Amino acid sequence: MDTFGLLAAGFAAALQWQNLIYAFIGVTLGTAVGVLPGIGPALTVALLLPVTYRLDPAGSLIMFAGIYYGGMYGGSTTSILLNTPGESASIVTALEGNKMARKGRGGPALATAAIGSFVAGLIATLAMAFVAPWLVRIAISFGPADYFALMVLAFVTVSAAFGDSALRGVTALFIGLGLGVIGIDLQTGQARLAFGIPDLLDGIEVTTLAVALFAIGETLVVAAARGSLDDEVVAVKGSVWMTLEDWKRSWPAWLRGTLIGFPIGAMPAGGAEIGTFFSYAAERRLTKHPEEFGNGAIEGVAGPEAANNASAAGTLMPLLTLGLPTTATAAIMLAGFQQFGLQPGPLLFTNNAPLVWALIASLLVANFMLLVLNLPLIGLWVRLLTVPKPWLYAGILLFATLGTLGANGAMSGNLFGIRFSFELMMLLGFGILGFVLRRFGYPIAPVVIGLILGPLSEQQLRRALAISQGDPLVLIQSPLAISLYVIAAAAVLIPLWFRLRGKGEVFSQLAADED
Amino acid sequence: MNKLLLAALVSGAMAVPAFAADYTIMAPAAPGGGWDQTARSIQEALTAEGISGNVQVTNVPGAGGTIGLAQFATQDSGNANALIVGGYVMVGAILTNASPVTLDNITPIARLIGESDVIVVPANSELQSMDDLVAKLKADPGSVSWAGGSAGGVDHIIAGLVAKAVGVDPTQVNYIAYSGGGEALAAVLGGQVTVGISGYGEFESQIAAGELRALAMSGENEMDGIPTLSETGVDVTVENWRMIAAAPDITDEQKAAITADIKKMAESATWKSILETKGWVDMYLDGDAFDTQLDADIASTTTVLKDIGLVQ
Repeated sequence: MDTFGLLAAGFAAALQWQNLIYAFIGVTLGTAVGVLPGIGPALTVALLLPVTYRLDPAGSLIMFAGIYYGGMYGGSTTSILLNTPGESASIVTALEGNKMARKGRGGPALATAAIGSFVAGLIATLAMAFVAPWLVRIAISFGPADYFALMVLAFVTVSAAFGDSALRGVTALFIGLGLGVIGIDLQTGQARLAFGIPDLLDGIEVTTLAVALFAIGETLVVAAARGSLDDEVVAVKGSVWMTLEDWKRSWPAWLRGTLIGFPIGAMPAGGAEIGTFFSYAAERRLTKHPEEFGNGAIEGVAGPEAANNASAAGTLMPLLTLGLPTTATAAIMLAGFQQFGLQPGPLLFTNNAPLVWALIASLLVANFMLLVLNLPLIGLWVRLLTVPKPWLYAGILLFATLGTLGANGAMSGNLFGIRFSFELMMLLGFGILGFVLRRFGYPIAPVVIGLILGPLSEQQLRRALAISQGDPLVLIQSPLAISLYVIAAAAVLIPLWFRLRGKGEVFSQLAADED
Repeated sequence: MNKLLLAALVSGAMAVPAFAADYTIMAPAAPGGGWDQTARSIQEALTAEGISGNVQVTNVPGAGGTIGLAQFATQDSGNANALIVGGYVMVGAILTNASPVTLDNITPIARLIGESDVIVVPANSELQSMDDLVAKLKADPGSVSWAGGSAGGVDHIIAGLVAKAVGVDPTQVNYIAYSGGGEALAAVLGGQVTVGISGYGEFESQIAAGELRALAMSGENEMDGIPTLSETGVDVTVENWRMIAAAPDITDEQKAAITADIKKMAESATWKSILETKGWVDMYLDGDAFDTQLDADIASTTTVLKDIGLVQ
């Protein structure tokens, strides 16, 4: 059978009425658990996986796909409404999404996230079905030196995209890079900057830092500013639905996000959230409304959300074709497949074709089900914002705290015989850092990005140098790496060139940028 | 009526020891990993076989299991319902992290399962056999890059032992740590490194598909026609085992009761079928035999980590 025939057979299996019910239950459960703070898609899937064991393989896979997509969507809902990203991939969504929600545009933000996820999931899942074996070959040819070049590109484009002052942006980035050094060094097994505290051995949890800087930091700022609590919150301003203008601005962002997220998800070295950073940087550069960025630009939600979903479909490619789990969620899915004696790997498509195509079809069905279920609920979700501000912020604090405890509730700290949660103390400590950064006008996102990209780039650089036995030329020997460096150089130089050509006013602009 | 009530109470009281405790199993790792899967499989077998009515799994990830271990040893002391999953990786992590809590602080019950590591090269590699690899290693140790799991883990330890066994300085081993067998697999398939070393399960399907060539297994028995290291003339035998342990300061009776429950579970049909689907090898060992084996493993791991230079 050709690919289309197999996919059609997969749909025939997925669209049986009992399987549709399983998809419905999966999506509902996934969304419900996913909106709980601190529970990202990985934990959602791990918690709910046993539910699927009782079903036949097809039904189980379908419910599983529903849980997966539901969990991811639930995570973006809390990012947008409460500014508490539950996983690193929805950090960027919180940036513009929460600003939109504050301005009464939570409805369009949630809608563009849901529809963007659907569009990206649809395109990426179809693309996975047709190009998986081919794209995976390219992805694994990426060596450590190429990854390092990709990280350099990410640093250059991403740090330029946040904040108006280069100096402040870079300062914030270096705080993140510094925090990223903490913990056991993967290459040598030695602890760095852990000061004998066992909780620091695994480094600083990205979500703890993100929730602290975003949610706690902001709560402190609001609490510290006199009168800010009296501001009227407008839950819905204009339509709760996306306007024609919103659609016009969203759809190119969805497509670009998909195009960026899908290949990055397919790369076997992890870091699926990098696609969301690239997408945000691209949208910020290409937008016709630069003044809106940082104040709630719809492209800044549409692009990264699409990139996130596309890269989630992308991670299925190395999983299915190589048996290679590149994210925690994928590792749990692998466990799920093994339950049915499916061994993901190069022989999977030949040995278990019907089940694989049923899975691909179920992903598409679950994706569609999610959209149908959630669009009508948006009006209900945004009501959350009409809660009076003191209650809303108290709620945010409560959810941020519960989420952190839920993810790591170990009461491992001990001071003068009093046991406490070290993770919670870090949350509060970083919350104060977030307050200070905001108070003095430093951007928050580069701190989190430094924490994510720093360790990734360090490991790739050291792997490249170890394999070459210390020869630095290895970094610029592959054509892939060279092309990435050229793009990075262009990303820095071209805007400078345009500024210099514009003379006078641009120089003052440049000076203003330098603050 | 009173008699009936009394009968119910008595039978209830008698049923309690027969229908043993509700267990809480700590997986000192994030969901999805090997320890988590082991803990959840034990949970499934204990409940399906009616050995325990209610089993909860908790995850305390971090630092090769030492974070969970420390929490378990301090908070569950004397609690006969608390269990923790652990393994060979934890032995190494305790040493490299200089963990204040060691396996002496808990009560090991039984070794349950094991997995052999396998040494592989890409299908197009010039290395055809273990002999070729040994020759290359002897000629220039640095030119052989090994991709495996984190530094100081079982993969790294085996690479060091192989070097030592063929007379190469273990500190010269060019070991490239990846955060898991999956990432190491990508590096081997992409031809980024000379050899890959990780659990057999990580590489199995690629070996079957002919994408990777297996040179040797680290365990005692050959598998799918792949020779063991000793058969290829390299005197190294290491299995990456996983175990279950109980809390410190439990009574001998409590320890015996837990051991009996675990033994019953390990001999059950449910457990056997789980091992079958997961591809795990039954390595059940309890009592004094396990304690002796554990001490021997800790001693040999300490030596090799010192040789590699990871432990002072």
